[in-house]
Amino acid sequence: MLIFILKRIGQMLLIMLIVSVMLFLLLEINVESVAVKVLGQYSTQEQRELWLQRNGYYDPIYERYGRWLWGFVTGDLGESVRFKKPINDFMWDRLWNTAVLGFWAMAFIIPLALVLGILSGMREGSWLDRTISVTSIITTSIPEFASAPLLAAIFVFGLGWLPGTSSMIGGFDWKQLVLPVAVLVIYDFGYVARMTRASMAEVMTTHYIRTAVLKGLPYRSVILKHALRNALIAPFTVIMLQIPWLLSGVIVVEFFFAYKGFGALLLEASLNQDILLIEAASMVAVFVVVATQTLSDIGYTYLNPRIRFT
Amino acid sequence: MALNFDENAPVLEIKDLNLSYWTRAGEIPAVIDFSLTVQKGESIGLVGESGCGKSTVAMAIMQYMGGNGSIKSGSIRFKGVELTELPPDELRTLRGSHISMIYQEPFAALNPSLTLGTQLKEVPMTHEGISDTEAHDRAAQVLADVRLPDPARVMAAYPHQISGGQQQRVVIAMALLSNPSLLLLDEPTTALDVTVEAGITKLIADISRKYGTSQIYISHNLGLILEVCDRVFVMYSGEVVEEGTINSLFTWPRHPYTHGLFGCIPLPTADKNAAPLRPIVGQLPLPHERPHGCNFGPRCKFFEDGRCDAKDVPMEPVAGTTSDHRVRCVRWREIDHSQDVAHGDAKDPMEIGDAVLAVEGMQKYYEVHDRSIKALLAGKSVMYVKANEQLNFDARRGETVAIVGESGCGKSTFAKVLMGLETATDGSIRHDGNDICKIPVRARSPQQIGSLQMVFQNPFDTLNPSHTIGTQIGRVIKKFGVETDKTKIRARVMELLDIVKLPRDFYIRRPRQLSGGQKQRIGIARAFAGNPSMVIADEPVSALDVSVAAAVTELLMEIQREHKTTLLFISHDLSVVRYLSDRIVVMYLGQIMERGTTEAIFAPPYHPYTEALLSAVPIADPEVTKREIVLEGNLPSALNPPQGCPFSTRCPRKVGTVCDDERPPVQMASDTHAIACHIPLEELARVEPVIVVPSEEERAHVAHQ
Repeated sequence: MLIFILKRIGQMLLIMLIVSVMLFLLLEINVESVAVKVLGQYSTQEQRELWLQRNGYYDPIYERYGRWLWGFVTGDLGESVRFKKPINDFMWDRLWNTAVLGFWAMAFIIPLALVLGILSGMREGSWLDRTISVTSIITTSIPEFASAPLLAAIFVFGLGWLPGTSSMIGGFDWKQLVLPVAVLVIYDFGYVARMTRASMAEVMTTHYIRTAVLKGLPYRSVILKHALRNALIAPFTVIMLQIPWLLSGVIVVEFFFAYKGFGALLLEASLNQDILLIEAASMVAVFVVVATQTLSDIGYTYLNPRIRFT
Repeated sequence: MALNFDENAPVLEIKDLNLSYWTRAGEIPAVIDFSLTVQKGESIGLVGESGCGKSTVAMAIMQYMGGNGSIKSGSIRFKGVELTELPPDELRTLRGSHISMIYQEPFAALNPSLTLGTQLKEVPMTHEGISDTEAHDRAAQVLADVRLPDPARVMAAYPHQISGGQQQRVVIAMALLSNPSLLLLDEPTTALDVTVEAGITKLIADISRKYGTSQIYISHNLGLILEVCDRVFVMYSGEVVEEGTINSLFTWPRHPYTHGLFGCIPLPTADKNAAPLRPIVGQLPLPHERPHGCNFGPRCKFFEDGRCDAKDVPMEPVAGTTSDHRVRCVRWREIDHSQDVAHGDAKDPMEIGDAVLAVEGMQKYYEVHDRSIKALLAGKSVMYVKANEQLNFDARRGETVAIVGESGCGKSTFAKVLMGLETATDGSIRHDGNDICKIPVRARSPQQIGSLQMVFQNPFDTLNPSHTIGTQIGRVIKKFGVETDKTKIRARVMELLDIVKLPRDFYIRRPRQLSGGQKQRIGIARAFAGNPSMVIADEPVSALDVSVAAAVTELLMEIQREHKTTLLFISHDLSVVRYLSDRIVVMYLGQIMERGTTEAIFAPPYHPYTEALLSAVPIADPEVTKREIVLEGNLPSALNPPQGCPFSTRCPRKVGTVCDDERPPVQMASDTHAIACHIPLEELARVEPVIVVPSEEERAHVAHQ
């Protein structure tokens, strides 16, 4: 197990290294454009060259890459052009905000999707199954940019129960979190529920479920003790894949509700061609993806005793 | 919720039961007019080929028919309680406590993500409401009863961590935990090795004798039924066609189908030349295409127009038997089965030619990497699985050589090396004069590949479902370079279809339109496409029903006879092997234990392992006597085989430490008969034969009594 984890961490580092090279080449191979992006359209050629000179952009590319990587490793992410301050000063707050949003979204998506998926997979083709399936297909097929205005129209402008923006200027406010979370939950729970249903339905046809029934166990115990754990193996992987999805999937929601999160930051960085910020944010995103996958593989071995990494 | 059992009533009484499945095509009657009574302590055998409805009966007793199955009419009474009208919660108290079931595939029947202890304990905890610790003790006790070593370890383990035989013992323990009155066994040993099967069969018999448990034993294996049951019901296409006590039914089968079944199984009296198997012609009718009158009519050679197909045939008691023998045949009084030869026409023995295959000192080791820290520190990260160790034997033209052994003995590895799917670690295999053991299949010429072909075990998986039969065989012909011209290839495919006795219009059929037996015929046609000098048949009939298996076996031998092909027959079933092979190689854990002609293998001197194998094979003939040898323990891991004789850990005739420490010497009992054992030949020769077949006179004497 220890060797497996070490191996996975090695793999993680390797993936991040490859992504960093690609990112760097993509964004910084053309130094001219870097200067333009940093200094703006109206800077003179002289100014640009001076800036490039001062920031070491005329050094060989591997040296620049090494410097950038070293800065990244030591925690110096550089300064954002857009916000005019060190990236370290604000990016982590943004990430935290998105984590809060993502946590609450998952806190609703996971139980809701699992319960509905299991209920519908338990008796495939039943009335309950059809209702749940149709509901989850409908909610999943409504995009976030449609459900966000719809919910806002009802709860903000119609009923006036909730605020329309979630910028949290006056500190953390529960009310402001409700709508963004709701939009994410509506969009995502159906997908996970469908996956759970398929997995549960398959488990219900296995011979060991027949064994459990013919042992004379109560139906409840057949489901909770015998079916559930096996049916959770597939959705577990799907849920772990939802976490990196949330990181970038929240862009629409964060933008719509003016929520100061990581997604909105990424969007802003891209729109303003804030190269160092894009690089830093991308690396964070890559890290989250790779880390959740490793966690999911480790968790998998606990759900499924047939897989043990030795 | 106490159920009022009538302890004087029969344990199970089924009357005129009709079961149907409902599909889009409409109602499909699965079981028709089924009646059965089981008394306390009685074992009932339910025999029949797949699709005859025997498992459906078991599921109906359990009241577990699935969404589309239902009981149309009839009654099922358990100790006087009508099961068909029982409310769900009362049914639940019955299931698993009064009636329990043992399943065909133990691995599928156990929950993979719960420990075996949890799965065992919940039975008494649910039914008797006892505490966890009490249940634990009970489970450990029953595990010890089913002779599982180290119950504590087994209870902490997950299903995949123990062997198939152990899994089945756990399933049996689970069924016995609450001491049921009725045990349903659905092919409980079909998925297991013969020696394991023998152990499990004996165990079930001992336990039911000890507790007076009644049993319904479902199997397609007549030999097994003979060993474990008191009465037997033969089913065909949803109906019971004959029932009677073991003695009466096995000695004087009355129904032509029962009689036909005996002609299909390789009994010790069958011989591939003098008394070949006689397959039943035709196929089982589909449930919705059953003929009018007798279901077996179209396949029966005693069929009489206007009588057999007039109306439904009732069960009639056979007069003159004391044992309540009943049969569903209008002509049973007229048919004199004793005049009817139970086997096909005799043929001349084959001429044996020059050596086609010579295996010398062949070895195949697999490297296994252990990546745990412990192994790395100990410097033992690479281990070897010795799949084949020092194999020596040869096969000649027109000869059938069988490799016998249980799973894990290395017989499939050897086949892979022959085919070039693996290359040997050491030694040589000369086929048609060329050493092929180190040439992978990709480096072999098309002629080489074509001349050494294989018939696979599972015909269901070996054909590509999206291509027609014609293109699949045609492609092989082209690849082997037999023909290149399109019309000639087509002609050759047609010829091959003729050879395997399939209609020519199968050319345009797809695999899903074929039955298992037909698919295996295609497999044989494919193997013979390149005019091979040698064909490896890896358990070619073990996945097929008895009557189909007999037909395929006969076909294979007929083609072999015609083409003078060498057949390497890989099997664990000694009765088939005895029937069709000229010479036998017995393998255990990658090594040859004994080799010799078929007669030599089946007579003393035996290797102790051969002795156990012979004893384990069930024989469907009540007059054949067998010495009982049950092997204890499991096959050792190939990663860590015993130092000396591989069989030393389970050998009932172990001499002493010499068996553990030293490789047994190969002793030559005759020019062709070799035994690898420490016991001197004279001593090995002194044992009684394991299987004793009475002579014709003795049989006649019994028949007159």
